[in-house]
Amino acid sequence: MRRQLATTVALASAIALAACQSKAPEVLPPQPAAATPPPAETGPQPGSQADFMSRMGGRQVIYFDTDRYNIDSVDAAALQAQAQWLLQYPNKRATIEGHCDERGTRDYNLALGERRANAAKNYLVSLGIDAARLATVSYGKERPVALGSNEAAWAKNRRAVTITID
Amino acid sequence: MKKTLVLFALVLAAPLAAQDSDTPPPVAEPAGPAGAAPAPGDGGLTGSVSDDKAWADLGIAIPAFATDANPPTAANAQGTSALGMEMARVITADLRNNGLFLPVGPDVLPRPTYAEIPAPAWGLWSGRKADMLVQGYVTAEADGNLTVGCYLYDVVLQQELVRKGWRLAPADWRRGAHKCADLVYARLSGESPFFDSKIAYIAETGPKDHRVKQLAIMDSDGANHRFITTGKAMALTPRYSPDYKSIVYLSYLNGNPRIYIYDIAAGRQKLVTQSTNPTFAPRWSPDGKWILYSMAVNGNTDIYRVSVNGGPSTRLTDAPGIDVGGSYSPDGSKIVFESDRSGSQQVYVMDADGRNQHRISFFGGRAATPEWSPRGDQIAFTHIAGNFRIAVMSPTGGNLRDLTDSWQDEAPTWAPNGRIIQFFRTEKNSGRTSLWQVDLTGRNLRRLRTPVDASDPAWGPVLP
Repeated sequence: MRRQLATTVALASAIALAACQSKAPEVLPPQPAAATPPPAETGPQPGSQADFMSRMGGRQVIYFDTDRYNIDSVDAAALQAQAQWLLQYPNKRATIEGHCDERGTRDYNLALGERRANAAKNYLVSLGIDAARLATVSYGKERPVALGSNEAAWAKNRRAVTITID
Repeated sequence: MKKTLVLFALVLAAPLAAQDSDTPPPVAEPAGPAGAAPAPGDGGLTGSVSDDKAWADLGIAIPAFATDANPPTAANAQGTSALGMEMARVITADLRNNGLFLPVGPDVLPRPTYAEIPAPAWGLWSGRKADMLVQGYVTAEADGNLTVGCYLYDVVLQQELVRKGWRLAPADWRRGAHKCADLVYARLSGESPFFDSKIAYIAETGPKDHRVKQLAIMDSDGANHRFITTGKAMALTPRYSPDYKSIVYLSYLNGNPRIYIYDIAAGRQKLVTQSTNPTFAPRWSPDGKWILYSMAVNGNTDIYRVSVNGGPSTRLTDAPGIDVGGSYSPDGSKIVFESDRSGSQQVYVMDADGRNQHRISFFGGRAATPEWSPRGDQIAFTHIAGNFRIAVMSPTGGNLRDLTDSWQDEAPTWAPNGRIIQFFRTEKNSGRTSLWQVDLTGRNLRRLRTPVDASDPAWGPVLP
């Protein structure tokens, strides 16, 4: 996201520059000193939630079948990626949110979301993450990301989301 | 924690005056207008009317309540005459909105004089083809209170069927009207009253992915509406205590779902249990001494019981599935709850101590959110078979009847007399919610007006 923004800014600057090309600047900006290293490639700070999001590239979320909370092979691969990151930054803690689609009753979905968050947590623990670093919270059907009332939207909402704490 | 207190202090600053005014005991016999107090009628409709259709066609005339003088009161600055008009309108709306009768209100009827209240002008009403006549009066007393008298007459027999009077604080004038409607309803239907009661629910605003959910309360007809929480912390699934003094509900205060008991008069709340595990789906016992709740431990949800005063919890279920909800039978001896131990949500009954758990729902689809009727004879629940419907069955699981048919109707709650069920309806795609009620025939379905979208209704008992 940030990289995309940087690109956009660069492009916008290029266009702006092109527009003023007819007028040469009175004073040229000073040359960067040779000793100054080139600015580091802009990216999220290592170990931050932004870094986690960027490294996971979507794998911070795992998805479930209707009324299920088992970890399938796709989920397992995603959780392994999450675990690698968490092992790399052993001081970071994380909250796993459990969510459901809207086609369940409220109280049951709170319980089902708790199951899903715990299924993800238990898998991470089995990969060597200390359980004390992982909290869970269920939102049941209260926080959908896809807003439609159809199978595609419901599939996106049946999820467990790992959020690291900065 | 300090933050919480400030928040609730703010919310409560204004509206408590109305709650504090305790109602004097009803006047046994209304002092009434001067003149002969007729002997109680002995004939007319007697016994319980079991066929809803028969009394749904009963024409009831409800003219404006009379008054002796016309002083302004705290209830109505224009005087007791205007107040008497308002009261008759409230009674008319109560009886009409529930599809029970065919009431005709004060706006199209002649107004009886104060002296006519105990001695109706029969010819006038029989000429209007009214079967029943509700007359009443409202007078202001020296101490600032109101006296309300309510009389029900059978026009055909030219007899009084029932009368009752109440002394009320001016702020409670609507309660006088609801009590009169209850008197009429109870006398004509043979059922218990229910209009003079309140509803707690969740007010919803904002987009579907960021709904703001506030605890709110209102009278059974939607009047005296009041928000209790600000919406900063998501609130869900409230239940009024049997004495209306507190509300148990779920809040995401501090980020995690926990059950709190909110004291309405004090404006304070406390955690039901100190556990760090999520707790949800709270319900009161009929005597108000216990709270049933569900708690997830390592992903496994079971039902627990705890004293309202705190202390240790008793675990009532231990199946390795989701055991959730729970609603006491009116005598407190049994609990109906929901479990997916068989593979999908179904309804189970157990003794109040957790023994003798057995499934009662055996039909197509899933069965969720069971609520035991205050009469004890039915269990209302959400029947999930494609769509979500509000349904009832007997406490042994027989006589399944779907009462509604929409995309998503959920979470039934009983009227105090066990004749009407409220629930909430979710609109497909938009996710907008609204409160509805339906009677046990399924024929009388109507939407309740609320200031904003609404879900999770909880109907309290009839006020004392």
